[in-house]
Amino acid sequence: MAPQIVVDGLSKQYRIGKLERDTTLRDKLVRMLKHPFGSRDANTETLWALKDVSFSVDPGEVVGIIGRNGAGKSTLLKLLSRITYPTAGRVSVRGRIAALLEVGTGFHDELTGRENIYLNGSILGMGKAEVDKKFDEIVAFSGVERFLETPIKRYSSGMRLRLGFAVAAHLDPEVLIVDEVLAVGDAAFQKKCLDTMQDMRGGGRTVLFVSHNMAAVENLCTRAIWIDGGEVRMDGTTRGAIDAYLSASAGARETARDLAEWESRRGDGEVQYTRIEFLGPGGEPKSLIRCGDALTLRFHYRAAEPVSRPSFGFKILTELGTVVTDISTWLHGVEIPWLPAGEGYIDLEIDALNLLPARYHLSLSITGPDRKVYDALAHCAVIEIEISDIYGSGRVIGSRFGILYVPQRWRFNGSHVTKHSDLSDLSSQAVAGGV
Amino acid sequence: MSRSLLLRELWNYRELFYFLALRDVKVRYKQTVFGVAWVIIQPLFTMLVFTVLFGRVAKIPTDGTPHAVFYFSGLLPWIYFSSRLNLVGNCLVTNVPLVKKVYFPRIILPSAVALAGLVDLCIGSLLLGVILLYHGIGLSWSMLLWPVLMVPLFVVTMGLGMFLAAVNVKYRDVRHALPFIVQIGIFLTPVIYPVRAIPEHFQFLLSLNPMSGLVEMFRFSITPGRDMDWAGIGVSFAVVIAVFLGSLMYFRSAEREFADIV
Repeated sequence: MAPQIVVDGLSKQYRIGKLERDTTLRDKLVRMLKHPFGSRDANTETLWALKDVSFSVDPGEVVGIIGRNGAGKSTLLKLLSRITYPTAGRVSVRGRIAALLEVGTGFHDELTGRENIYLNGSILGMGKAEVDKKFDEIVAFSGVERFLETPIKRYSSGMRLRLGFAVAAHLDPEVLIVDEVLAVGDAAFQKKCLDTMQDMRGGGRTVLFVSHNMAAVENLCTRAIWIDGGEVRMDGTTRGAIDAYLSASAGARETARDLAEWESRRGDGEVQYTRIEFLGPGGEPKSLIRCGDALTLRFHYRAAEPVSRPSFGFKILTELGTVVTDISTWLHGVEIPWLPAGEGYIDLEIDALNLLPARYHLSLSITGPDRKVYDALAHCAVIEIEISDIYGSGRVIGSRFGILYVPQRWRFNGSHVTKHSDLSDLSSQAVAGGV
Repeated sequence: MSRSLLLRELWNYRELFYFLALRDVKVRYKQTVFGVAWVIIQPLFTMLVFTVLFGRVAKIPTDGTPHAVFYFSGLLPWIYFSSRLNLVGNCLVTNVPLVKKVYFPRIILPSAVALAGLVDLCIGSLLLGVILLYHGIGLSWSMLLWPVLMVPLFVVTMGLGMFLAAVNVKYRDVRHALPFIVQIGIFLTPVIYPVRAIPEHFQFLLSLNPMSGLVEMFRFSITPGRDMDWAGIGVSFAVVIAVFLGSLMYFRSAEREFADIV
């Protein structure tokens, strides 16, 4: 099957210095008089927004483009949608493209909702006949029926968004390019967008989708391309690319923390924590932690003198300070009768860390018999659980769904129900498409 | 992109062209008390002031044509040109979101803005008909030229406008220069005076102004009996075509950078 999109050696260079300097003719004339033979680019700064990017996309593929801000994602979309031109390389796209880089582009304040639907539709590439046909659906989708004849300058920002997205949702292109439209609006709006995006793929439509919402990318896309510093760092399965990207961005995040010099601690100090490490099942440092992951916490300690019957404990707390769980060797029934002087470590192996995505704080303690406290550190480390598609259902599970993941299954009238039917459709499509 | 490809693209985007022009027409007189009446008020009052000031007080000759007819027939194309030149020259910088977020053949924007102005011109032309009736000037075949002349008028306004628009993207000087150009322009165009009233060697210089020949022709179409500088008009029309082609070439070479630097 011939690819729908071919990107070949694509590069885009921006001149930064020049724009700052020469925005009036006078400046240019003055500079020409000063350096009549000087090279014009002598002190021009350039920036490669994209460097030698190549990939191709087959019909029906849904590709996520991920990467941090300024990585070149938006530049890539602008080149694909022909808004801007490459410095080098080539883009070719077969079929009708619709690029949705912003919701409600070209809306005019003075025009009514009705007039803006037609205007925005034509801007996005819909003909009048097409808008006529879908007009009622668009209006129903937007939920602004009552204000159709009102100039949109009287609309709330939410109404504008809904109207803009309603028009976009009724596009019917062969290639759809979407940039971060989910980032705007409230939770309900985002959910509606996401559901619409779910419906818009399929039907053989090719979609390129930029988002910072990893859960959304994971749900929607059959493949992901991770771009960093204007270059393709990884092009592969959605899960693989997201993991690679998140690990890299978490690389800056610590996988261990030294506690020896920790100032705000209580306790008598016969034995103290010196370090905490987060490790994966193979003992490797673990920076990316997802809900349900196995995690090993390694607590290093130093005992200044022999200590009798210590209990190692730690708490996990939410951002608001609620204790999620309080775990210790003593509670677990692990008796340590005697700890010799010197250094050592103790591992806590967690089979499945069933916390929903959020940021959690850790508090550590070593206690002894009779309420003796050797060492206690409050909020001394942080665990970040990344947002992910926990149930494999195409639903974004974030912090607003609580803190606890409960392993589960559902039965209806006794029969076991697994996943979304459309999800299995999707995976069979991906196989057929030769991903 | 080859020329045939460009034409096909323009055809594909004809609906956008239509809706952009429609937007321009609809939006202009929203939230005004007089609304569309402004289309008439502006040339009518200018004509009255000119008639009193230049006709009665300064006694500038009008080739035997009634003052009102003479000024009004010159003012209509001139007002179209001056107001649209300003709007077309700024059309890229006033539509930044469109330029930065959507692809379309960029030339659609200046042409839609220039086209929308013809609505005003047509309404003004109806009023001119009333003035002609009042002065007892009868119908003549040459009047058929009046609507035809709107084509070169559109072409030169859009041409010069899109050149300025493309320069404006890079150098915002244009925004400041435009009102100034328009202000001086009326004196370098035979709106207030007939071409034949100025010294002969200046007449050639005047004909280099594309609007000069156009205004003369507009006036000729309703009062054909006057003495015309046909050579000068020929030069003016050649300049119209040259301006359009030159601007088109410049615009096409500059448009690749619009989204990056606007």
